[in-house]
Amino acid sequence: MSLMRIRKPKTRKGKQILLAREPQLIESTRTMLFLDGRKCGGDVKSCMRDLQQLRKPLVKVLNRNNDITPFDDPSSLEFLTMKNDCALFAFGSTSKKRPNNLILGRIFENEILDMIELGIKQYTSMSEFKTEKIGTNVKPCLIFNGPRWNQTEELRRLRNLLIDTFHKDKVDAIRLQGIEHVISFTCTEDLSILMRSYKIMLKKSGQKTPRIELVEIGPSADLSIRRTKIASEDLYKQARKQPKQLQPKKKKNLTYDELGNTHGRVHLGKQNVTKIQTRRVKGLKKTPEEKRESRQKKKDLIKAAARELLKNTE
Amino acid sequence: MDIVKEVLEKQQRALEKYKPITVDKHLEVRLDIGSLLCTDPNDLEDKELKNNKEQYLLNLTRDNTQLLINGIWALPTERVDECIVAKLPEPTTVLPRLRKPPGPKPLTKWEKFAKEKGIKKKKRDKKKYDEVLDKWVPTYGFKRADAEKEKEWVLEVPKNADPNEDMFQKKIDLRNEKVAKNEIQRMKNIVRAKKVEVPRGGYFGPEVASSGQLLTAVTVAKSSTASVGKFQSKLPKEKEARGIGVKELIPGAKRKASHISEQPEKEVNLDLIKSVLNKKPKYDIEKAISLQKNENKLERESNPIEKDRKAKKGKGGKKGGGKGGKKPKGGRGQRAPGKKLGVGRKRR
Repeated sequence: MSLMRIRKPKTRKGKQILLAREPQLIESTRTMLFLDGRKCGGDVKSCMRDLQQLRKPLVKVLNRNNDITPFDDPSSLEFLTMKNDCALFAFGSTSKKRPNNLILGRIFENEILDMIELGIKQYTSMSEFKTEKIGTNVKPCLIFNGPRWNQTEELRRLRNLLIDTFHKDKVDAIRLQGIEHVISFTCTEDLSILMRSYKIMLKKSGQKTPRIELVEIGPSADLSIRRTKIASEDLYKQARKQPKQLQPKKKKNLTYDELGNTHGRVHLGKQNVTKIQTRRVKGLKKTPEEKRESRQKKKDLIKAAARELLKNTE
Repeated sequence: MDIVKEVLEKQQRALEKYKPITVDKHLEVRLDIGSLLCTDPNDLEDKELKNNKEQYLLNLTRDNTQLLINGIWALPTERVDECIVAKLPEPTTVLPRLRKPPGPKPLTKWEKFAKEKGIKKKKRDKKKYDEVLDKWVPTYGFKRADAEKEKEWVLEVPKNADPNEDMFQKKIDLRNEKVAKNEIQRMKNIVRAKKVEVPRGGYFGPEVASSGQLLTAVTVAKSSTASVGKFQSKLPKEKEARGIGVKELIPGAKRKASHISEQPEKEVNLDLIKSVLNKKPKYDIEKAISLQKNENKLERESNPIEKDRKAKKGKGGKKGGGKGGKKPKGGRGQRAPGKKLGVGRKRR
């Protein structure tokens, strides 16, 4: 539209939705959009289902098949994520050339920021592991094994993307007994990623900190990296910029001494000592005689000064 | 000393019963406890990976998780609702945002003005005691309109008001006008903030506009084409846009017409003086003739009858004739100096 119209929301709900789409200071938790490609079945489908389970409730699932090729034309993906208000997406498809293809990506400013195509070589879903499961809505611990993760920019970005996908939401405090889930990603020499998911059992160790034992529960996948589309350094830097208001403000003029006392400096500014407002005490008021005296003194001083001047001029 | 040794040995034996919680690694593991993350940069054992992959991965993960848990258990804890909760620090991995952080909002026109003048907002009291109604009445929001209605069931009407005018409706119309004006100002503020270029008349294109909008656009364009105080004249069958808000759009509607004329000022002033000084009484010749005729007629009729009537009539007639005809009658002045008479339909 060359001439934009300002669309006024007609309902209160509509207005709230439009306001939520504007840039916010503190952003809401990132939801993930799940899409199917032209053909989607088998391992990819079960992988996506397990991902949904791991990410519940920050999930939006679209059921229909979409004839989209994200690497060729990302615009429909951008539109769908904008409409559904999602920051992450998972696009699963299957074709002869790329069997069991899963694309994970994220959005910035209604455009794709990073996108990675993973091929699922081998997959065992959650239902195939016959062990005790953990509850839902558990924040998992994430482990990245292998020296490869830090070597290339691509892999570093992939690590960041995987953290974004699995870490759910930011928490301030965590219940010590509630740390039940751990997901590990191992990057081997031939650039394949092994994802394993375990349940944490806290055992006695004789000390305060417990001993950990792991039992494999969740999906186990062997992934290969097919194609990647990562954002430029500048765009990535811009996307990670946090607003200044959220940074904690440093308190000035405060010092702490060794005893734990807090000392503060208060700056008053210059004071006119003669004109400070104090209580008027009637007893200290000048009597008429005293006033006359002070006036006389002043006059004498002036006369003396004048005489001096005259003398000097003579 | 012996006792101390004994106690230590006892503790050692007790610990040996349990499996260790310490983990040895070549390179230090990088922990980000705020997001429960652990990155292990140590090399992987390829042999183990080939032979018994799952077991190796399990052990590796177990070691790293143990280190992470050790880190978490070292954090300060507090008790919340019968659970022990560890306070996590800020996460060090920075995740990208969905949108840019919001910039400073551009000030509206009023806000700018208020800032300059130092005008501060005054908060209104929610309820005010009303003498007339004898109760507490809300000044804004819920139930304010009802309270106003209660109070103004009768309106004072000024003397020179048109009896056919509905004063209540007039009040409502005025209020609606204000609301519409406020809406337009609000839209303008939004447009200014978004830096969208919107044409003045709100005209977007012939496909999109309605007939009312087209009319408004034409009215605005007509006023805009004026130069040096000369406006476009109206066409014979042309309609002008009416309604709330049109006057706002016409440029210069608030200002008075320019006084710049074609003649130079000196000449204009001289003409004015001449016309004032050379003022001669205007004679309406026809009326004078008819009056004179009347006079003569009456003279002839009443000549033998009465002299008083004649005298009176004569005086009356002479008075009229003497003073020079008529008093200046209004409605003869020119409305628009440059306007050609006879062009344009008479306004009804």
